Amino acid sequence: MATQSDAENQSSAVQHDSRLWTEDITLQYDDRIISQNLSVTIPHKSFTVIVGPNACGKSTLLRALSKLLKPTAGNVFLDGKDIAAYKSKEVARKLGLLPQSSTAPDGITAANLVAHGRYPHQNLVRQWTDADEAAVLSAMDVTNTTNLSNRFVDELSGGQRQRIWLAMVLAQETPVMLLDEPTTFLDIAHQIELLELFKDLNQQGNTLVAVLHDLNHAARYANHMIAMKDGQIAAQGDPREIVTEQLVEEVFGLRCTIMEDPVAKTPYIIPLGR
Amino acid sequence: MRHIDFGRGYVRLKGLLKWRIDTRNIVVTAILLSVTVIAAMFALTMGSVELTVREVLAALTGQAEGTADTIVVEWRLPRVIAAIIFGAGLSVSGAIFQSITRNPLGSPDIIGFSSGSYTGALFVMLVLGSTSYMNVAAGALAGGFLTAVLIYLFAFRKGTQGFRLIIVGIAISTILSSLNSMLLIRNEAEVALTAAAWGAGSLNGMDWGQVLPAMIVVIFFLICAWAMNRPLREMELGNDTAMSHGVRIERSRFVLIFIGMALTAAPTAVMGPVSFVALAAPQIVKRFTGNEESLIPSAAMGALLLPAADILAQSIVQDAILPVGIVTLSLGGGYLLWLLFRQARSVY
Ligand SMILES: Nc1ncnc2c1ncn2[C@@H]1O[C@H](COP(=O)(O)OP(=O)(O)O)[C@@H](O)[C@H]1O
Ligand SMILES: [Mg+2]
Repeated sequence: MATQSDAENQSSAVQHDSRLWTEDITLQYDDRIISQNLSVTIPHKSFTVIVGPNACGKSTLLRALSKLLKPTAGNVFLDGKDIAAYKSKEVARKLGLLPQSSTAPDGITAANLVAHGRYPHQNLVRQWTDADEAAVLSAMDVTNTTNLSNRFVDELSGGQRQRIWLAMVLAQETPVMLLDEPTTFLDIAHQIELLELFKDLNQQGNTLVAVLHDLNHAARYANHMIAMKDGQIAAQGDPREIVTEQLVEEVFGLRCTIMEDPVAKTPYIIPLGR
Repeated sequence: MRHIDFGRGYVRLKGLLKWRIDTRNIVVTAILLSVTVIAAMFALTMGSVELTVREVLAALTGQAEGTADTIVVEWRLPRVIAAIIFGAGLSVSGAIFQSITRNPLGSPDIIGFSSGSYTGALFVMLVLGSTSYMNVAAGALAGGFLTAVLIYLFAFRKGTQGFRLIIVGIAISTILSSLNSMLLIRNEAEVALTAAAWGAGSLNGMDWGQVLPAMIVVIFFLICAWAMNRPLREMELGNDTAMSHGVRIERSRFVLIFIGMALTAAPTAVMGPVSFVALAAPQIVKRFTGNEESLIPSAAMGALLLPAADILAQSIVQDAILPVGIVTLSLGGGYLLWLLFRQARSVY
């Protein structure tokens, strides 16, 4: 139960202690507005999970939080400073992102892909240091991929590949990590394995923000949850407080009943069907 | 300390320069450069006056008497050195564009820069009526740059990438080609012949004064390309991943396209369009190095390919020297067909 009270502490600590938040941002691609007046706070050292239906703007929000997408109004703040005022590489040393889709170059080996995570720490003169080597070794240890290091990425299984991409983000050694659907396409055992890893990383003091599709996983592992709909926030807070039948119906249009997960004592959603 | 098994060998520098260099890239580059030196030596011996290697070496070290010295140092050396440098430039240009478009078809000769240079040169020769070397080179340069700007505006308006660039490039290239034919047809035979000869792409009769400026430009941009290699490698991971690593993608892409364009435009301005070195060299070298981090090996491959093709051009037909562009065109044409078939097969 230690984790539960930890989660409570963190959730209450949130509002006063955030290093990443947005103030009234408008996000759009060309003329198409995805989010308007969006204010989101990512609690410091939380494991925040973002849920919401497809195309509601979750990835767009992560892109704004990591300076990939410039808001057309409002500001994103990182460590108390407008993120627009940072150099891109500075942001990349504070905040890592696992995008929803990435491409591995042909014929790249796993360790070389992970090594790309070191880019923000390198420059023309200092292209590979002992610190880089150590970060890659440790990232691959943590993700259990050390034995894959010399394999070609395109010859790995989906689960192995996902762990390699995650190792790349870990090698970046940022205190904040944004993960866009890191568990999609994985079997249930690999999903849980990864979620447990996130939990460990979170307990080691990292701030994690993940987009997840499985509400039960979200409710179980998140200590802060953000439910989005149509580019807006429908609810946010401790999943044990905000996950209700009304919320699920409102956000996903799904009628359900909610029970208590007998193992984690978190909300467990059971769809009712039609 | 434990070491990472990268699945490849690396040489690590730990001094002022902290680098990790792929062992196989070093070996491949070294072999290619050695063969290039041998090819260059061979090229210096051949011509209307056949020289021995000993005579060539004597001339190079300044110990030869009159004629041999003039032949080697003044006539043949600029041609050979230019072929090496220009080959490297074209190849690296191809490697950059293929990497940005993530497609082996995305090389500057396919996406229309060369046609644009040709249009510029034709315009100077046929419309402005000047065949002075410097004017033609300037026309080619302007034509290449204008085409590149046009393609860039059409293909990259919204930061779109890859396939779009190739399609737009091929379309513009086709339009320019018909424009070129029209310019040629509407002119007197004699001028048109000179112009068409330029269009075949040739190193014939180059002296130091003609090649030196372009060589300096190419060397400068080769160094720039090398400096931009790291962001280029990041861009191969996808835009979002590259940006999340701190690469300013729009800026880097613009700079890389500019470098790639200059590396094609400068040699083309001097030689005329020599196609397929840019298309083929980076792909061939990839088969030897087995990786993507291949700007330097690509440069070495181009540095070998162009002088080798030029040697071939000088020795295929008795008593005449073919333009090197014809040789690369016929060799490269076969390669392009094979590439198209393979891509078509992988799509359907
Ligand atoms: N690069 C883009 N250009 C234009 N529209 C986009 C782009 N990326 C996403 N969109 C649109 O923005 C909306 C939100 O997308 P996204 O943030 O990816 O949703 P989610 O991650 O919640 O599924 C979608 O309608 C999508 O089509
Ligand atoms: Mg998404």
